[in-house]
Amino acid sequence: MASRSPPALGGPLLAPRLSPAVPTWHPTRAEAAPMEFSELIKTATVENVLLSRPGLPAVRGTLCITSHHLLLSSSPRGDLELWLLIRNVDAVEKRVHNLGWYQPPRTAGSLRDTRVSGSSGTITLRCKDLKVLQLEIPGMEECLNIASSIEALSSVDSVMMMYPFFYRPPGLRLQQGWHQSPLERHFQQVASQTSQWRLSTVNRDFSACPSYPPAVMVPAAVGDDVVAKAAAFRQGGRFPVLSYFHPKNGTALLRSSQPLTGPNRRRCREDEKLLGTILDEGERGFIIDTRSAQAAKQARMSGGGTEPKSSYPQWRRLHRALDRGRPLQESFIRLVEACAEQGMDRWLGRLESSRWLSHVKAALSTACLAAQCLDREGCKVLVHGAEGTDTTLLVTALAQLILDPSCRSLEGFQGLLEREWIQAGHPFQLRCARSASSHGRGKQEAPLFLLFLDCVWQLSRQFPFSLEFGEQLLLTLFDNAYASSYGTFLCNNEKERSLCKVKESTHSLWAWLNQPEERQKYLNPLYSHNPLVIWPSVEPQSIQLWQGLFLRWIRPSQHLDEAWAEIRRLVEGNNSSSKESTGKRLSQSFPDPTAGTQNGR
Amino acid sequence: VENVRLLDRLSSRRAVVGTLYLTATHVIFVENGSETRKETWVLHSQISSIEKQATTATGCPLLIRCKNFQVIQLVIPQERDCHDVYISLIRLARPVKYEELYCFSFNPKLDKEEREQGWKLVDLNEEYNRMGVPNSYWQISDVNRDYGVCDSYPTEVYVPKSATAHIIVGSSKFRSRRRFPALSYYCKDNNASICRSSQPLSGFSARCLEDEQMLQAIRKANPGSDFIYVVDTRPKLNAMANRAAGKGYENEDNYSNIKFQFIGIENIHVMRNSLQKMLEVCELKSPSMSDFLWGLENSGWLKHIKAIMDAGIFIAKAVAEEGVSVLVHCSDGWDRTAQVCSVASLLLDPYYRTMKGFMVLIEKDWVSFGHKFNHRYGNLDGDPKEISPVIDQFIECVWQLMEQFPCAFEFNERFLIHIQHHIYSCQFGNFLCNSQKERRELKIKERTYSLWAHLWKNRSDYLNPLYRSDHSQTQGTLHPQIAPCNFLYKFWSGMYNRFEKGLHPRQSVTDYLMAVKEETQQLEEELEVLQERLANLQKSQSGNNKVKSKQQDQSKQFGLYTSNNSLANTPQEYSNDLKSFPSRSPSQGDEDSALILTQDNLKSSDPDLSANSDQESGVEDLSCRSPSGGGCLPSEDSGKDSDEAVFLAG
Repeated sequence: MASRSPPALGGPLLAPRLSPAVPTWHPTRAEAAPMEFSELIKTATVENVLLSRPGLPAVRGTLCITSHHLLLSSSPRGDLELWLLIRNVDAVEKRVHNLGWYQPPRTAGSLRDTRVSGSSGTITLRCKDLKVLQLEIPGMEECLNIASSIEALSSVDSVMMMYPFFYRPPGLRLQQGWHQSPLERHFQQVASQTSQWRLSTVNRDFSACPSYPPAVMVPAAVGDDVVAKAAAFRQGGRFPVLSYFHPKNGTALLRSSQPLTGPNRRRCREDEKLLGTILDEGERGFIIDTRSAQAAKQARMSGGGTEPKSSYPQWRRLHRALDRGRPLQESFIRLVEACAEQGMDRWLGRLESSRWLSHVKAALSTACLAAQCLDREGCKVLVHGAEGTDTTLLVTALAQLILDPSCRSLEGFQGLLEREWIQAGHPFQLRCARSASSHGRGKQEAPLFLLFLDCVWQLSRQFPFSLEFGEQLLLTLFDNAYASSYGTFLCNNEKERSLCKVKESTHSLWAWLNQPEERQKYLNPLYSHNPLVIWPSVEPQSIQLWQGLFLRWIRPSQHLDEAWAEIRRLVEGNNSSSKESTGKRLSQSFPDPTAGTQNGR
Repeated sequence: VENVRLLDRLSSRRAVVGTLYLTATHVIFVENGSETRKETWVLHSQISSIEKQATTATGCPLLIRCKNFQVIQLVIPQERDCHDVYISLIRLARPVKYEELYCFSFNPKLDKEEREQGWKLVDLNEEYNRMGVPNSYWQISDVNRDYGVCDSYPTEVYVPKSATAHIIVGSSKFRSRRRFPALSYYCKDNNASICRSSQPLSGFSARCLEDEQMLQAIRKANPGSDFIYVVDTRPKLNAMANRAAGKGYENEDNYSNIKFQFIGIENIHVMRNSLQKMLEVCELKSPSMSDFLWGLENSGWLKHIKAIMDAGIFIAKAVAEEGVSVLVHCSDGWDRTAQVCSVASLLLDPYYRTMKGFMVLIEKDWVSFGHKFNHRYGNLDGDPKEISPVIDQFIECVWQLMEQFPCAFEFNERFLIHIQHHIYSCQFGNFLCNSQKERRELKIKERTYSLWAHLWKNRSDYLNPLYRSDHSQTQGTLHPQIAPCNFLYKFWSGMYNRFEKGLHPRQSVTDYLMAVKEETQQLEEELEVLQERLANLQKSQSGNNKVKSKQQDQSKQFGLYTSNNSLANTPQEYSNDLKSFPSRSPSQGDEDSALILTQDNLKSSDPDLSANSDQESGVEDLSCRSPSGGGCLPSEDSGKDSDEAVFLAG
């Protein structure tokens, strides 16, 4: 008998059972609770639980808690199953009704057979992917047990106890998807066009910078000794490295963390040399600092700071303040609250006061500024904020998407994420530990990656043909960054990943996504390779709320889904008929699609 | 006037110098320098306001705001010239006689027969027959034959069979402006109907037997239901205030079997101010996200749109789901009533979501029932307090529905925008005057042309590629989400910022899909021909290989939309800092000017109405369109022009 396993990614939340009904729950080997987990599970099974979700009919069934999943199997027919990764639970709210004579408030779908006289409880699960589930559980004790089990299991913080280390999907091999080394491949591309950059292994044992990958690109003209000294002058050792080489005019985008100038205005010859060799004599470069001028100045008091003009004469600083950390997390929380309370008047006012769209606008504008410096001014650009792991990556990744057509393919985009977010050391584990229900908890959480995905979505809306992937991919990435069956977004940097043996013991999300059938779901039917730079509009009129994400579980999407199905039908109808068609073409000639690239050069 | 500068709101750098011409019908600005000599045409009837600002060192700024939401900022070097232009425009923009309007001089070179055919395209008799009237419950009444009962109603109105002439006349005397209850929409599936009227003259206690009988008759015309809804679209407070003036609303105690309902849609003055506030937000120079969202919220515009939609949804639900007839009125029954009846009809009947059906709908609920186009849209110089964007709001409601139901409408956004444009342009006779009576007196049909024929002729530009008559969204009643769904109502930048193309998505899905659709069709036809030929060939035993052409297919497909992409190839101003950066080489400076060129070419060559109307105006030698090589997107000249400019720049 086939043992049950959780539905793969992207499957419907509540899926009709594929296999014939199995009356009892048989945990697979991976799902069997090891000792550590079984202590946390106080009650494993409760019957007659009522599940309700906004906009969908309620379901009654049997609830099971396993090490990593919450499972609800509808009874009596067992034709529907809910699988929820417990890691996906952001907050648990419980409410018990303990009065025998008191009739508990009923939800619309409540049936007659609830034990009116007994006690019961309601658990509200706020998930990291922003959906909200409500479970009505007969028996107060069961309710409290279930709630505390979920709470305990969802906050296990040992990486190696997480589900990716147990998940073994059929049809995938463990190593698959891990050994694409985007950085080396990227370097080969760069090396084919210029010899100004080399691949340095100064960080092979993570000694120069614990949050960088073992190999990084640095100017060919400086040796590893210089690089190592420069690293000591940058916060967290994040010395300037090449992020993107712009083949059109040979300019380059670099990133780093702030220099450790400090109150005494320390200098570092090696750091100055490293940045100096990048520019020819008389050439100018831009440093885009993602803090305000004042914040950058204040950072000196705590040992940080900026590159003073006197020591870096060829570099000109531009300050563009981008929020991160707590303010960004608060913004996310307020936006999600506003979306949940649609009955409220002054929706636009609430949208505004969440400030989320202001963050989107600021991030896009800064990325455009960087791209403009590179493409239009022909200048090299260094981007950094403070740590260089948050807003810095946001800007460099977006700028590449705007400039470089190869980042806009499905494969190229994965490479970009791997290089500019995962290997570049964005601390996913810290930033995505909690989602929008995390009021007052944790100081490290911040939805930088979500902000990036939102900006990508804005680009895809303004340039509907230019990205090979569609909204579904962005949603999947968001979900997996916060809770995943795959190891791709685990840990905070490559060093931690190697210590935890993530690549050896978990599956890669990319391996899953790139399976032919799966891949199909994430493609944009309208895509056509666009060799040009895509300059978005950053006017407020052009920036919209990403309803597909923030209102995914709230707004009805049937009509929009139908529209996409129709678009697919049209485009695929066209493809198939052009494949079938064999005759001579229409006599009209069409402009060479690459002609436009050459403009202005 | 020469050496006039045309400014760009988004970027002070992108100003162009040119010559300004004033003609009898248009303001024309012709750019100097660039080879394409880009032109901007503005119809005098589109001008809503002209503002002369304080003279500066560079000249005298003149701000022209248009009713189609175009804003033109000119700087004229000589104060004297500026003043002359200002004075002339003020006069030209405010005609006092209908005969001065453009439609009386506009000549699309059609013969008399074609013109008459054009006017016959939309036939309301046919429409009432389509709905299923006359029948055993409804009949046509000739009581208003010579506009004797109500001068703002059409001559032919449908009333319940049991309503005698006596009842109608009696009821009309008890209704504001004598606009008695008449049929707007009849649902033949369940006999429920939407009727419309003006407010009753009930004051605090007045009654009218005939009016009560009239409502009774409407109820009887729907045997499936024992009551009717009476929907007063005004806020309750406004309706109550009207009672003091001897008007008001129906008292449930006096009318048997009615359910009375207020739906708070604000009056034309509130709406005018709301639009004004929203346009101020649109005009802001580099607004922050907060400025924009707060401004939009405080204008209240989307709240008003939602109120109109909610009213339409309520009525559609009553008719379709409850099978209950509805009588709708506001004060005079020609603004809010028209909005609400037409939204409800659109939700109820898929026919109105087709191109032809939409024309019929506007003709039925707006034109024939005496919506005061002249007063509301200021075609002739009149009381500015009468002006209000009533039909604009209806058009926006349709757009909001299109966003929610992308497959439900046969027409696209461009269709709506062009209709809005022509409501103000006075290029066609359809929307002249305030009533059918006035239009007949003016002999509109003999002296002007019909917009519907013009749109119908170009219908391929207005098709929604996602529309399919057998799709589920095109069947039956539309059910938009009701509260709590404020997020469903979005700012329509395609309308209110339509002349600032930089703000819009740079690639048009609609046009692309349309092209794909056409191509598929062509390919399928080709395929058929080829299969035939193949069959013939096989008979004669010849095996040709056909692999080669596949690749060509591919390249052609790309060719379809690459022209769009170049639109994307100009950055906006993301920073002013760069300007002052000292190290820029002269060659970079050159590139900047090339940029200006490209950008403005993009703007000039928009498949835009002013350009369209130019072509039709018969002034051929001034046509700004550059000869463009064989394109397959009918309206994508923009892409090609910009390609050209791009090359010039290189």
